Amino acid sequence: MAERERYLTPPLGGVFVARAHVMTADDVRRAVTRIAHEILERNRGLSELVLIGLQTGGVPLAERLTEELARIEGTDVPVGTLDVAFYRDDIGLRPVLPETVTNIPFDLTGRTVVLVDDVLFTGRTIRAALNALADYGRAKAVQLAVMVDRGHRELPIRPDFVGKNLPTRRDEMVDVSDEGVVLGDMVPTRP
Amino acid sequence: MKHLLSMADLGVDGIEEILRVTESFVEVTARDIPRVPALRGKTIVSLFYEESTRTRLSFESAAKRLSADVMTFSVATSSVQKGESLKDTVETIQAMGMDAVVVRHASAGVPWQVSQWVDASVVNAGDGWHEHPTQALLDAYTIRERLGSLEGRRIAIVGDVKHSRVARSNVLGFHALGAEVTLVAPPTLLPPSLEGWPCEVTTDLDALLPKLDVIYVLRMQRERMTEAVLPSMREYTSRYGLTARRAANLPDGALVMHPGPMNRGVEIAAEVADAPGTVITRQVANGVAVRMAVLFLLLGSGASIA
Repeated sequence: MAERERYLTPPLGGVFVARAHVMTADDVRRAVTRIAHEILERNRGLSELVLIGLQTGGVPLAERLTEELARIEGTDVPVGTLDVAFYRDDIGLRPVLPETVTNIPFDLTGRTVVLVDDVLFTGRTIRAALNALADYGRAKAVQLAVMVDRGHRELPIRPDFVGKNLPTRRDEMVDVSDEGVVLGDMVPTRP
Repeated sequence: MKHLLSMADLGVDGIEEILRVTESFVEVTARDIPRVPALRGKTIVSLFYEESTRTRLSFESAAKRLSADVMTFSVATSSVQKGESLKDTVETIQAMGMDAVVVRHASAGVPWQVSQWVDASVVNAGDGWHEHPTQALLDAYTIRERLGSLEGRRIAIVGDVKHSRVARSNVLGFHALGAEVTLVAPPTLLPPSLEGWPCEVTTDLDALLPKLDVIYVLRMQRERMTEAVLPSMREYTSRYGLTARRAANLPDGALVMHPGPMNRGVEIAAEVADAPGTVITRQVANGVAVRMAVLFLLLGSGASIA
């Protein structure tokens, strides 16, 4: 889930106030190109490879990576989307609702899955995603691609492909979009 | 929202939210492993004081597919046979620990009464002639799945409206989502008053058939008919039954629905029930996903659905 949405769900609530533009749109584009090459190098091509974008922030990024891979190699990679709401470990602690319907129209058994998300933070979303993936088949391997790794991991999870390592404070917020990556704060709207 | 007792409590936004989350659960139920860990550690009790196949199984499989623990209470093998009161039974179950209770009872208002006694969430699985909200939700979902939207759709609900909790919940639900609902029944099978029901009423099924998007056939509830409401079932079938001849007058693409269990040959002909235009088994399949959405929204999501 994109951080912006997570922070906008009650009871957190608030407005995002940008503080620093840490990646421009061009930086993001170059990072996508580099990650695509790294995925190809690591997996020696695209055979048996699938991309799965995490709802919602990872979905546009997975699509851009797919386009880039198709441009470089000339073949299309299957791409799916995954909403991990029903697998989260904070159900009951805060409002948890699916944003969209998961769409994985292929069997994962025997394939290498590249999970794609915009921001890697505590690692709990990825933990949920790994559990969810197991219900769609036994993947040969799962790799993780993120645009921003902002630290503060709470689980033993590390990314395989990173756009940018960005040291942050826990209470800051990172917003990834087509316009680039912005670091900012959530300012509460309630008194 | 803590309980689901009536469609009237939900409002349009509540219905829309349940149907939206249902879509995600339809995806889950279509998988090879149709189970998610969302309600791990929660206990859901099914408390059925009235016989039921599909609703009880549907709720129980919904709860299991959410990884909740399910306790089944069936009256025939319980202390109710020794004269235990409803309140004592409910309090006994509550003492064992439960997070939600799914209640079916032959008397209207029992789920509400139970909600006054317990801390757990209460889901109405059908109370007397009153309401059956999850049936209305799964019917609305099924129509949407096939026709895209209920807005402006013409829906006839045909048959034993008087004894039907399904009719009441569906009129409320279909109307809230923008459909034009018409009840078709002999006067003896209509409730004493239809005041406040947002629908039309007619006795002429044949005139209505060519204009319908959906025909919703109700079960003749012979077990609830204590007085003589009809000269005979054959007479009913000849005027109100969905025979093959009548079904041929429906527009192309019109849906035939029935809440089950069917009296084949009475309110619906066997060949109509098995025809491609009927979505009766789809209703049953969607029922599990709708009930997963309801249980998840009440127990897991921490979100408010109304």
